[in-house]
This record gives sequence, C-alpha cells and structure tokens, in this order.
Amino acid sequence: MDATTLIATLQEGVPGARVEMAPSIDLQTTIYVSSDAWPAVARLLRDRPELRFDLLAELTAVDFWPRAPRFEIVCLLVSIEHRTRLRVKVRLNADEAHVGTLIGVWPAANWLEREVWDLFGIVFDGHPDLRRLLMPEDWEGHPLRKDYPVQIRMAARVSEPLQVTEAQFRASVEQDRLSRR
Amino acid sequence: MPELRNETMTVNMGPQHPSTHGVLRIVLELDGEIVRSASPTIGFLHTGIEKTCEQKKWQQVIPLVERMDYLSAQSNSMCFCLSVETLLGVELPERVRAIRVLIAELQRINSHLVWLGTHGMEVGAVSVMLYCFRERELLLNINELLAGFRLFPSYMRVGGLREDLPRGFHQAVTSFLDRFLPKLDEYEDLLTNNQIYRERTRNVGRISKEQALAYSLVGPIGRAAGVPYDVRKYFPYLGYETYDFDVPVRTEGDVYARYLVRVAEMRESVKICRQALARISPTGPFAIDDPRITPPPKDRVYTEMEALIQHFLIYSQGFTVPAGEAYVPVEGPRGEQGFHVFSDGSNRPWRIKSRAPSLLACQALEQMIVGGLIADVIAVIGSIDVVMGDVDR
Repeated sequence: MDATTLIATLQEGVPGARVEMAPSIDLQTTIYVSSDAWPAVARLLRDRPELRFDLLAELTAVDFWPRAPRFEIVCLLVSIEHRTRLRVKVRLNADEAHVGTLIGVWPAANWLEREVWDLFGIVFDGHPDLRRLLMPEDWEGHPLRKDYPVQIRMAARVSEPLQVTEAQFRASVEQDRLSRR
Repeated sequence: MPELRNETMTVNMGPQHPSTHGVLRIVLELDGEIVRSASPTIGFLHTGIEKTCEQKKWQQVIPLVERMDYLSAQSNSMCFCLSVETLLGVELPERVRAIRVLIAELQRINSHLVWLGTHGMEVGAVSVMLYCFRERELLLNINELLAGFRLFPSYMRVGGLREDLPRGFHQAVTSFLDRFLPKLDEYEDLLTNNQIYRERTRNVGRISKEQALAYSLVGPIGRAAGVPYDVRKYFPYLGYETYDFDVPVRTEGDVYARYLVRVAEMRESVKICRQALARISPTGPFAIDDPRITPPPKDRVYTEMEALIQHFLIYSQGFTVPAGEAYVPVEGPRGEQGFHVFSDGSNRPWRIKSRAPSLLACQALEQMIVGGLIADVIAVIGSIDVVMGDVDR
C-alpha cells in the first residue's frame, strides 16, 4: 500500500486524525500523526487486515531543542504478513509533552514508554506503571534531553544499613505489590 | 492439628546472582515453589552510552556501540555503520558486503556458543560450557587475526572496513568451519536427546505466538514460538537475498524449542559463511573510495601532502553526515537489531537509539516465569539469552 492510500485509510478510519507524509532519507515510509489521535490510529494500524502492523519494533523519542515542536516520538512498525515496515512520528511541544499510551495496542510498549519517560520526561497518559526504568528511582532530571548537562557533579550519597522489623518489611512488600497492580 | 500457613514469600533474586547473566534483579513472589508474580528490575549497568555518543564524532561512536551488546560487538558496529552509510548515501563494494556478511555470521556463531555454554551449565550440563568455549576461542583468534583485538575489534568502519583482510584469513576461517560442524554434532549428542536436559527444558517458559508478537519478541525466541520473522529474509540487507539458507522455526515456544532453533541457526550460519567466503577474493577493495569519509592508505600519508591533509582532517574534524534519520534493521544474534541515527548535518550524531532485543526479552520474562517453578526461572533466563549491556546500555 502506498503512502497516499495509507494516509487516506487512516484519516477515514479515525475521524479528526491529522496524518501527513514526512520526509525520509532512508526511503522508509514515514508519517506524522497528531498526538491526540495516536493511540486510535495505532489500533487501526494493527487491526486493519490490509495494514496488520502487528509488531512494534521500536518506540523512542528525540529531543530537537531548541526547535519547536521540541519532541518527536518515533515508532517503527512491522507487518509480518505483508512484509512492510512503517515509521510513525508524533510531534510534541515542550509545554504539552504527553501522549496516550500504546500498552493496550502492543503490550511491548510498556518498558519502551517507561524508558522514554525516564530519559526524556514525556508523559504517557494512561500508562499503569510510569516509573523510571534505567536511572535510579531518586534521580532528578531527564538525561537525554538536550538541555541536560553532560557532566554534572552529584554529591556522594551514603546510606546506612537498613534495619526493619518483620512487620515493616511485610508492609513494604505489600505496598510494592499494590503499586505494581 | 495446627493450621497450615498459606502466605507467600518474597525473594529477591539478583542483581548479583550468577545465573542472571550480569546484573538483572527479579523480585519473585513465591507460593511454596511456584512463582506467583515476578517483577524484573533493570538499570544497574546503565552507563548512558546513547548520551555519550551525542558528544562524539561519527567514527568515534563505533567502539562505544560495540560495548553495548558485548557478545555481538561486530554486529552492533555493523548495523551502526549501515545506518550511517544510508544517511551518507554511499554504495559499498561487493567484496565489503560479503566480508561483512561473513563476519556477522561468525559473530552469530560466537554469541550462540556463549549462550549454549552458559545455558547448559545453568541447567546442570557443565561439560557443554567447556566445549563451547573451546570453539569460541577459535573465533576470538580469528578476531585477533583481523584486528588485533579479541572481543571488540572495531573492524567495521563507516564506508567499509578498517583495513584489508590479513594473510591467512581464508585458511583460518575454513579450518574453523571444517572443525565446527562435527563439534556441533557433539554438543547435540550431549543435550538434544539427553533425558535430564529434556525434562528440564520442555514445556518450561512457554509463550504463544500471539504473546511473542505482542511483546515484540523476534529473533530466536519468536521463531521458537512460531513467528517466522527473520530480517535477513523479510528485509534483506548486504545482499542476503543471494545467499542460500533456511530459517529454522518451531512452534512449541518453550526453552527446548529455543535451544533447537539456536543450534539449527548455527548450522545455517556455517552454510552462509562458506558461501560468503567463496565470494571474497584474498585482496581487493575494503572500503569505499571517498576522500571525505575513508582515510588514505598509510604509505601515501607519509609521502604525499594531500594525503596527509586528508588524514588529518578525518581524524581531527571527522566527516559530516547529511541531516535526517536512518534505520537499517539487521538480524543480530538476539533478533532484530539496529541503530536509529539522527543527524543534524554536523560531524556529531544528534541522537542514536539502539534497538535492544534483550530489553524486550527481559520485559517478557514475567510472562514466561509466572506460574512455573522457581527452579525453572534459571532455565528461562538462560533461554532468552539476555545481555545486560544491551538491556541497560
């Protein structure tokens, strides 16, 4: 399916979605999707028999600071049935850096979105467990942002050995389990 | 009669557990021996390579990306180079493409051997480990012959290879391939029909085809569950469509099927290696002839002013890459691998994103071990072949 038909199909399938062609050097079909329509368009891309992009190969983000719109979410989709690939991008402004989650469409998006939140600070609305993935939980800032300094000094932290009673330990485990549901 | 206690127990496995292949931590909730929930925690090996790459010139990135997935260094640098070459719009000589195919397949055998050895050892077959590392040593010797470096050769360069093949390379590869196939039969003798190994791995850590797709498990894990996706067949690169090989696919989706798929893949890799080797002439072009990207030969640097200037420019300023983005998917030892590179037109990358198959495998770990026995957790972690350097980057 060529790009024009693809865009027409998506715009017809999700009323109100803004979908447009994006330039690409590596000849990979690339489309821009507006952020409000993204999860609905993603579902259509997966479910339409003539599209059937059943594999989310990659989900990442790029920070184009100081350009506006600042962020781009980049997804690589693969249709195993039709042997095609597609690159979908969602542009986000710095002051509204949030987009709907894809977990309902491709469960693999869970950790990939956590990584993007961790390193870029982009919020995925509806994500059930948006915690840091790679950086320590108490880290401040989002390291892959372009305005994040490359070399910073952090004060060395010292931690005392933790002493808890059995009751405290159980309470902590219970809390952890609840937070994961 | 006293009432039986029926509470669950929480066990912290890792990050220093020897069978977690590095620093993977899993919080397991156990009901007796049965795993009720599992939550993998990663990030202990995060070194910010992607951020570091943004500060480096294009050619300085290669040693960094080799250290991401440290069991398939040459595959990493190859897919990085392919992406950058796509942005530059250069066409590689046929000989370089064949050499890259050969090196990538040797790397696949190398990585699978480490996997087979460590996985075998974890489920109790210690001798397999010794045999696998014996053959892997020969592959590391080939790396040493190529580049003087055994694990991270940095032999791939943007625009081709660092230098021409050394004398005796063909002979070294041929003697390895001749020796390797009978050895592979020996490993299979030790495991494939071994009752203990089969009991330990069959119907363990099963996932369905639908689950594999939903969790983006491609590569050997996906193919063991019936997803026939192999980048070399679906989206050929480096002329893979001209090589004759099969893609082994199983449908069981358990640990044993992953073992069978990887062993069969090693046999196919040997086939590809032989075909590639036949296409490579002992001497010939080893890089594109573009003075902006490839440095001139050393003897010219010492004798000609222009060559000296060219050499100096490439090593001090680097080369610029047209603005844009590129991603070339490659079938690495762990599944689809690739580097999404973004350029702003300067001599440094704007952003580099590595597609890490190990990260997705780690994510799906929970699906494979919940409901099983705690002893099987070890077998499953071994079977998904995670490299924590690739997970955490």
